[in-house]
Amino acid sequence: MEIERESLRARQLRARDLLRGDLEGKDLEEYVEERLLTTTLESALNWGRANALFPLTFGLACCAIEMISMVTSRYDIARFGSEAFRASPRQADMIILSGRVSIKMAPVIRRVYDQMLEPKWVIAMGACSSSGGMFANYAIVQGADKFMPVDVHIPGCPPRAEALLHGFNKLQRLVRGRPDLGWRQRYNAVGTEEWARFEPGEPTPEAIERAALAVAPKHSETGQGGIEIPGTESNA
Amino acid sequence: MPDAPGLELIAQGIEEGRQGTVIETALEHDRATLVVSPDGVLHALTWLRDTPEQGYRFLSSVHAADYLPAAPRFAVHYELLCRDRVERINVKALLDDPAAAHGSDDLPEIDSCVPLYPTAEFQEREVYDFFGIVFRGHPDLRRILMPEDYVGWPQRRDFPIGGEPVLFTHNEIETPRWFE
Repeated sequence: MEIERESLRARQLRARDLLRGDLEGKDLEEYVEERLLTTTLESALNWGRANALFPLTFGLACCAIEMISMVTSRYDIARFGSEAFRASPRQADMIILSGRVSIKMAPVIRRVYDQMLEPKWVIAMGACSSSGGMFANYAIVQGADKFMPVDVHIPGCPPRAEALLHGFNKLQRLVRGRPDLGWRQRYNAVGTEEWARFEPGEPTPEAIERAALAVAPKHSETGQGGIEIPGTESNA
Repeated sequence: MPDAPGLELIAQGIEEGRQGTVIETALEHDRATLVVSPDGVLHALTWLRDTPEQGYRFLSSVHAADYLPAAPRFAVHYELLCRDRVERINVKALLDDPAAAHGSDDLPEIDSCVPLYPTAEFQEREVYDFFGIVFRGHPDLRRILMPEDYVGWPQRRDFPIGGEPVLFTHNEIETPRWFE
């Protein structure tokens, strides 16, 4: 939209009037409506978080080369506000597990992850950190999600920088709080979930279990008398 | 690489110093190999290093191998290099597995060559780490690559491969109803 010279001048004058306190009534209403956007604090916060995710400077193996190339001008993760790789886990929001995780490295990664401040996210990049990949042997952890939570798994060996960017965009959507963009929605697979096998009115096995657990403590109180209130029996 | 007569001369020279050291000589694929008894390995290495006309003063590699069905189960290989003539020779010490003989958890043992070649320190630690071969006289024999609390010798041939079973079409029959 091209702003004409006259209309720009008019807007400038109105902004000046507002700052001086001269704008009143209908003019003020119009001005506020035009310039303000209402949202919740949470979504504004998440929007800010999603667009300034600082990854940790952390490479494990060959996938790290692709992670490095993601930062270069050809792929340029700076477009998504994530070019600031922090050298300290205290300053990082996100850790990219770029490569195979050996059993000797796993406690180190776990410690680095624990040092990061909440909120924090994890991307498991490539086949190795997701499932062990081609290294089905004694030295490699078969999937990094065995010892730490992982938000996004990116397949590939190694994934290209575009794939990593795609996974990063998925993580941004997760951070913005839009779970409706999961794979079930993308592939028209809604209704194939485990819990969707039951009718809406019918109680799920989990609900039955929860109900049973809720009943159980009451029963023990009245029955065997685990907790005895002093004085009540002698008075009666 | 020394040629066939040269290798025999080396074997003879080592035998003169200590009888029964050289068990066998082999010359295959452009590699000269001296198979020595584990007790005489230090004598053979010392002779190869200190004899002026030999001068194998550079130890390229120490590594082990597990030939499980074979009777002397383990072998420790010493790759020596003479940098003046650019000649290599491979010294191989065959080791029995005491665990198989006695049914215990004993580890095979061999003399450490760190006093001769200081570079062998880390390589002997690696051999110990993966094969469980103990080097007598090593200054600091600990695991080097695997975690220090790791149990087992992962490069032995009877060590399970580990990892998770991967389902291919050829082993689908072995795991019926795998999807359950």
